Amino acid sequence: MSIRLSVVDRNGGEHEVETAPQGSLMETLRELDYGVSAICGGMCSCATCHVYIAPEWVAKLPERQSDEGDLLAELQFRQDNSRLSCQIQLQPEHDGLRVILAPEE
Amino acid sequence: MSDTHTEDHIYIVGAGHAGGELAFALRQQGYAGPLTVIGEEAYLPYQRPPLSKAYLKGECEATALYLRQQAAYEKANIGLLLSRRVERIDRANKKLVFDDGREVTYSKLGLATGGRARRMTISDAARAERTRNFHYLRNIDDVMAIRERFQEGQRLVVIGGGYVGLEVAASAIARDVKVTVLEALPRVLARVTAPQMSEFYETIHRNAGVDLRTNIEVTGLDFNEAGDAVTAVHCTGGVVIPADFVVVGIGLLPNTELAQAAGLEVDNGIVVNEYAVTSDPDIVAAGDCTSHPSVFCGRRIRLESVPNAVEQARVAAGSLAGKPKVYDSVPWFWSDQYDLKLQMTGLSQGYDQFVLRGSMQNKSFAAFYLKQGRLIAVDAVNRAQEFMVAKRMVAACKPFDPAALADETVPLKNLAGPVQAAAPQA
Repeated sequence: MSIRLSVVDRNGGEHEVETAPQGSLMETLRELDYGVSAICGGMCSCATCHVYIAPEWVAKLPERQSDEGDLLAELQFRQDNSRLSCQIQLQPEHDGLRVILAPEE
Repeated sequence: MSDTHTEDHIYIVGAGHAGGELAFALRQQGYAGPLTVIGEEAYLPYQRPPLSKAYLKGECEATALYLRQQAAYEKANIGLLLSRRVERIDRANKKLVFDDGREVTYSKLGLATGGRARRMTISDAARAERTRNFHYLRNIDDVMAIRERFQEGQRLVVIGGGYVGLEVAASAIARDVKVTVLEALPRVLARVTAPQMSEFYETIHRNAGVDLRTNIEVTGLDFNEAGDAVTAVHCTGGVVIPADFVVVGIGLLPNTELAQAAGLEVDNGIVVNEYAVTSDPDIVAAGDCTSHPSVFCGRRIRLESVPNAVEQARVAAGSLAGKPKVYDSVPWFWSDQYDLKLQMTGLSQGYDQFVLRGSMQNKSFAAFYLKQGRLIAVDAVNRAQEFMVAKRMVAACKPFDPAALADETVPLKNLAGPVQAAAPQA
C-alpha cells in the first residue's frame, strides 16, 4: 500500500507524491529532484532536511526529540511548524500529510 | 557504441556521494542533455558514513544506504554504468576508455573518483590481504565481510585509531565483540584533534571495554596452517595479540591516478579552482579526490567528508551548467560513537589555544580552537544546539574572548549574535 503526500517545493510548486508508509519522511523527500539534501543521512546532525508542516498536521505528528529541537533552534528559517524530516517516521495514518520545503540555509 | 561528436554527453566518473550528487545537481541546475554516472562498484551511489556504524552493526541493509533509489535515476533520466572501470581519459579526443577497451565520447566530464583505503606496508600485508579475515573498510563489500564476524566473544584487532577505527570499535563493542585498538602515534585522533579530545575518546573506549593501546606499531602477522586466516598481530615490544579478525583503518588515499595520467594537475588531490574546475576547462572534480582552494582556511585543502562531497558537487554542477558559483563552505564533520554525538566545524590545525565549555565527565561539552585569538574550529559533543551556533561563529572568522566561550552562564548564541530572522512562510 502507499500513502499520498502533498509537497510544496521551494518555488511554491505543489506536488502530489506517492510513497510507502515506511522509513522517514526525509527518505521520501530525498528522492525528489526538488527535494531535501539530507547531508548527514538521518543522523540528526545537520538540519539540511528542514521542512514546515501544514498547520493542521502539526499536532498529529510525534513531538520533537531534544536533538531535533536543538538543531532547529538555531536555523535562520525556523518557524513554529519547523521539523527535521529525518525524525518523522511515515505511518499509514500520514496519508494526506502536507509539507513545505524550507529554504536552504 | 556509436557516438556523434555533435551531441552533448556529460559523463561522471565515480558513483560515490559526490558523483551521485553531481548528477542530480546537474539536472536541478538545468542541464537536460544525456548524462551518465560510471562506478566501479555494483551499487547505486550510497552513503559511506553508516558503513562503520549502523550498517556495520547490521541495523540496516545496503539499499537503505542508497542516496536515491533506482526509480529516481530513471525519472531524472540519469544513466548508470555500474561495475565498470574507466582506465584512461583521452583528453585530446574527449574519450573515456574502459578497461575492457570500450570507449565513449564526452562533451564535459566530472571526476568524483573519491579515495581508497590506505593499505598496510609491512611485509606480511600482501599475504594477509589474500586471507578471509583481514579487512580494510571503504565500501559495502568490505563491510558485508566484516559484519559476518561480529559475533559475541570474537576477538577483533583494529589497526588505526582514527575515526574509522574508533567507530568500528564502538560498533563491535555494541555486538559484544572483544576489541583491541592499536594506534602507532602517542594518542588516537592525533592528526585531527587536540590532546584533550584524544584523551576523552581514549577514556570512553577503555570504559566501554576496548583494549586501546597507543604508541604501538604492527610489525608482523601470524597465519593459520592453511594460510587463509590471520591468527595474531605482532607489535613493537614483542607484544602478540591473538585475533579472530583484523580491520585496518589507517587513512585514505585520493584516487588521482586517472587524472594524473591524463595530464591534469594533481597535488595531494586533483587540483581544482574555486569553481571546482580542473586544469582542463571541460573537466570538473568534486569530493574526497580534490585539492581545492579554501576561502576559509586561506590555503589549498583536501577534505574527506560528506558535506564537502555534496556541496562541492553542486558547485561543480553549476560550472558545467553555465552557472558558476564560488565554493566557500566552512568544513564540517560528524562522528557517532556509543552515546556520543560529535559534530565538528572548521579545521583545528595550527591552533594555539584550546578552550573547553561544559564537562567532559558529563559527556556534554564544546571544545573551541583559537589561533591568535581567532576562532578556527569547534568540536561539540552531545551539544547539537551549540554546534549550530558554532558553525556561524567559525564562519565569521573573527576573535572571541576565551573566558566568555568557557562561561556556561551565558548562552553561546549571545556571543555569536542573533540568527537573522526570516520572513515566515506557509
